[in-house]
Amino acid sequence: MTTTITRDDVLHLAQLSNLQLSDGEITSLQADLSNILGYINQLSELDTSGVEPTYQVTDLENVGRDDVVVAHSADREALLALAPDQIDNHIKVPKVL
Amino acid sequence: MTVIADYIGKSATDNVRLALDAAKNAEQYHALLSLTEERALERAAKVDSGEITGRLAGVPFIAKDNFLTLGGTTTAASHILENFSAPLQATAIERLEAEGAICIGKANLDAFAHGGSTENSAFGPTLNSVDQSRVAGGSSGGSAVVVALEIVPFALGSDTGGSIREPASFNGVVGIKPTYGTVSRYGVVAMASSTDTIGCFTNNAADAELVMDVMAGRDASDMTTLPDFFGPTDVKPGQKVGVIKEFMTDDVDADVRARVHEYIERLKAAGHTVEEVSLPIVKYTLAMYYIIVPAEISSNLARYDGIRYGHRAQASSLAELYGRSRDEGFVAENKRRIMIGSYVLSSGFFDAYYLQAQKARTLLVNEFNALFDTYDILVGPVAPTPAFKLGENTTDPVKMYLADVMTVPASLAGLPAISVPAGNTSEGLPVGIQLIGQRRHDADILALARSMEGNA
Repeated sequence: MTTTITRDDVLHLAQLSNLQLSDGEITSLQADLSNILGYINQLSELDTSGVEPTYQVTDLENVGRDDVVVAHSADREALLALAPDQIDNHIKVPKVL
Repeated sequence: MTVIADYIGKSATDNVRLALDAAKNAEQYHALLSLTEERALERAAKVDSGEITGRLAGVPFIAKDNFLTLGGTTTAASHILENFSAPLQATAIERLEAEGAICIGKANLDAFAHGGSTENSAFGPTLNSVDQSRVAGGSSGGSAVVVALEIVPFALGSDTGGSIREPASFNGVVGIKPTYGTVSRYGVVAMASSTDTIGCFTNNAADAELVMDVMAGRDASDMTTLPDFFGPTDVKPGQKVGVIKEFMTDDVDADVRARVHEYIERLKAAGHTVEEVSLPIVKYTLAMYYIIVPAEISSNLARYDGIRYGHRAQASSLAELYGRSRDEGFVAENKRRIMIGSYVLSSGFFDAYYLQAQKARTLLVNEFNALFDTYDILVGPVAPTPAFKLGENTTDPVKMYLADVMTVPASLAGLPAISVPAGNTSEGLPVGIQLIGQRRHDADILALARSMEGNA
């Protein structure tokens, strides 16, 4: 099974992925993604009817912890200081709407 | 050969200074992205004054630069985290420090650990420790090289699909990927959460046992950590060993197969039983891996938005801020994996790709389980070739992925696997043999590896 990825497909995936790509990147990704999908498509040959999926391999389920407050090792000031732009203990961002 | 015992009981300040000097003298390999000199010397002084004690007191080490550490930056070898100073440390680092170990620097990697050669680092590749025209392997290439060059006796790596084992093989050191859930991932930059594991590089199996013993165990900050189980053990006599025949085909480099066969002969001479076994689904495991892992990557890397930390591009709208920060901050391979992940998870394709891969993963787990009904340990090469030339596989992403074909099966099944030096090719390039154990039997593969050392 071959998969042809169009330029519009790349743009759609870039939008889903929040990536603003350059023209050169769009061209090379169109070829690369087609190649990669061409490879992984071979999995469609495998008969998996009646097989349950394996999402994780720990055998652990519903891991809980004691209901006590645990002090975080990083304080609020240190975490806020990581933001590229801040004002009055808030993180500043461009206009949303 | 540099081992941990060489550093115990010595001046910690001398140990750290010697390691820092060795690191500076090896700059041409580009194995390190930063040194944490000031903090390392402060901690060394505390070891020397007796304020800090422990099983690793005064032993210098290097962490892959996707472990959060204090005293410098944590970049994940990416532009988006280029200036990121972590406000806390990974649990693995905290546990090593609690035993007196001293982190002296951060090792190069493929950006966000996406790759098998360290050529995807935003800051340039690491060179192989044996042949500077070849790759270090990856993604934990820098960590493998600093141990091979004897800058430090151990280094930390992460292994999602082979990122510890493959560079260990390419540089002739021991590298262990433990059972999924053995070591807390808290404070390690997430890649693919269902296969990410933390392990180490050392020059012998006993040192790997010690480092894993310190790092392993349940951590309330990582709900996937298993209840404590890890503890070094003695080799059991008469182990039943299976050689995975799909890993020993003519497609595999002849020298690699020859070194593996020699190790197998030594296993037999040591009284173990060795038989050929088959894992037919191996032909599909790389396709499973390159569906499941990009899916998880696309989700995990959504957090890099230029808002709360990391690089923020100039932009007039929020959408442009996200798009440009991420485009400038990620390398090409990060973008490929994020977009493949977006593709396989999108409505209409989810069942055909992601769900199909997770069902196939069940078949892989079942095949492994069936073999472990009869065999204690499975063996084969780590990679189909020794270290390849820089630039040899960079133009074709699928060709690069094929180097992972023998390491991804243990990752998808959550099994412990170790790369052990098995000699060199006729060109003098290191070859590793891979020992794969049953889940939670990490100590058994380490014990077997230890028993075979000095037995060549």
